[in-house]
Amino acid sequence: MTADVLFWLFAALVCGGALGVVVTQNIVRMAFWLILSLGSVSALFFLLGADFLGAAQLLIYVGGTVVLLVFGVMLTASGPYMQIKTSAADGLLGACVGGLLFLVLVSSISGMDWSQLHTTNTTPSVIAERPEGNTLRPLGLAFLGLRPDRPVTEGSEVKPAPGYLLPFEIVSVHLLVVLVGAAYLARAKRRANPSNDSLSA
Amino acid sequence: MNGLFAATSISEFLSGLKLPFAGSLSPLWVLLIAALIHAVILINIFAILPLFYIWLERKVAGRIQDRLGPTRVGGKFGWLQTLADGIKLIQKEDLAPGAADRWIFRIAPYLAVIASFAAFIVLPFSDGWVAVSLDVGVFVILALMSLEVLGIIFAGYSSGSKWALFGAMREAAQMVSYEIPMALCALVPLVIAGTLNFGEIGRMQAGLMHNWLIFHDPFTFIAFFTYFVTATASVKRAPFDLAEAESELVAGFHTEYSGLRWSFFFMAEYASMFAVSGIAVLLFLGGWHTGIDLEASMAGFRGWMPDFLVPGFTLGNYLVNLFGAKVFVLKACALVFVQIWVRWTLPRLRIDQVMTTCLKYLVPISCVLFLGAILWPLLLASTLKRTTILENAPPLGRVIVGDAAAVRPLPTGMASSPQQEAAE
Repeated sequence: MTADVLFWLFAALVCGGALGVVVTQNIVRMAFWLILSLGSVSALFFLLGADFLGAAQLLIYVGGTVVLLVFGVMLTASGPYMQIKTSAADGLLGACVGGLLFLVLVSSISGMDWSQLHTTNTTPSVIAERPEGNTLRPLGLAFLGLRPDRPVTEGSEVKPAPGYLLPFEIVSVHLLVVLVGAAYLARAKRRANPSNDSLSA
Repeated sequence: MNGLFAATSISEFLSGLKLPFAGSLSPLWVLLIAALIHAVILINIFAILPLFYIWLERKVAGRIQDRLGPTRVGGKFGWLQTLADGIKLIQKEDLAPGAADRWIFRIAPYLAVIASFAAFIVLPFSDGWVAVSLDVGVFVILALMSLEVLGIIFAGYSSGSKWALFGAMREAAQMVSYEIPMALCALVPLVIAGTLNFGEIGRMQAGLMHNWLIFHDPFTFIAFFTYFVTATASVKRAPFDLAEAESELVAGFHTEYSGLRWSFFFMAEYASMFAVSGIAVLLFLGGWHTGIDLEASMAGFRGWMPDFLVPGFTLGNYLVNLFGAKVFVLKACALVFVQIWVRWTLPRLRIDQVMTTCLKYLVPISCVLFLGAILWPLLLASTLKRTTILENAPPLGRVIVGDAAAVRPLPTGMASSPQQEAAE
């Protein structure tokens, strides 16, 4: 009952925030509406018992992406308050893309047999033992190969499924390479004038 | 186990409560009332801490500068000085500059305060005295505290003033940069604890002082000081407060604010000082434990006067937890005092020096500490055949309890106990 009320509240905030982003023309106000929308998504994650995902949503999207966005606006804006005017053609294009995405979501959600979801749950006891919302340990174990969607043991011997650790490492090294490359491209090019170098040191 | 009022939690206490006229409460009301009680307690803590710290700041600043500090309002020591300030601030006109984006300008202080307040939701004050006990508590608190920067950016941008804009840019660059070494330093004790739950980390450090995670190995010892430096910078305190240096430069992102909205920023700042100090106390300094093992001698006291006034309320248990909360708040206040002390002793760093300190020194240092903290148990395991220096220190990582026989041995052996490793 309480969960239902909170779910509808936060769902309304997600949608309202998203609408605000589309409707408003001031970029920084857009960022505020985006914070409201993304923060409410994280609240929904907490409500559904996915604590780690909720916190990650807060850290990465609200605390990271939106801050970067506002930073970008503050650094590049030519006037005091930057406005975005969308033309009718852009609006039409956006509506088409959004409508197509909506169709994909609706078709995939309606194609899923939701009644099967709870009957085929083969959660190992280590994971089931944790109370609701404490998803951290199952996530960590899944990284090492003890995945909740696969049986851990075959007969008597332990047989871990392939974990997520290697893909995660590969992705994070890629991100690091991108960051180093961005820093290299954007670095202050002071080598041409050595007198500046001694000043800034 | 030992929650507030000796029930597991307030909600459990309320659901066991039998009212004289209405019988037991429905689960909805239990949840709402429990949430309300938690919120009221936390809001009061959140409001009173800045009140005390601002007084302390003035008094300490006065003493360091060979002055008396506040002496008149509220008796000899000027206890009520902050309250008088607050009344003055409420009376001020709520100004917004003509060039400002009014709507964002008015909302920005609330964003900063909400982000700072939200951190208190997962911060435990004693064994089980926490509003929401999460398994990802440390991660959540770091995520929530990173949101404070949004309020500052919005405040600076919407003020319509170049001073506020530059101040906000510098402030935001500083806060975002210092989050990285802060999180890395927080990881060092977490590697040893093997959990992100504040309650479990606190319980792990019971007993004598050598059980505190700061004394666990050399890396956690250095990590504490590195964490404290980065935490001081991330709550924009001196010597890292160039972006809002009131006395020498224009006051940064809050240049255009006045009255109550201005004071909200300071409320958020002082509350954040307590929050980062509280995290340091929980992760490094033994949480609510005294470090001289008073808890063991008080353990017998926990059962004193069971079912006092209402069933489920054990007075002894409550008093022991209250003592723990006092120890925790005292330790955190000691760290806040150090922050104040440093502010009035050291000169400011220039903004490029602030960024250099973070990116060229603190980030590499914290990376090395993190790597060392991971390699340290391996080194000990290969030389001393156990993962800690002391014999009776808490084992590395939590051992999976319950039906763990099905999954042990783990593929990496990370969660195995030191006894097992010693046997190997």
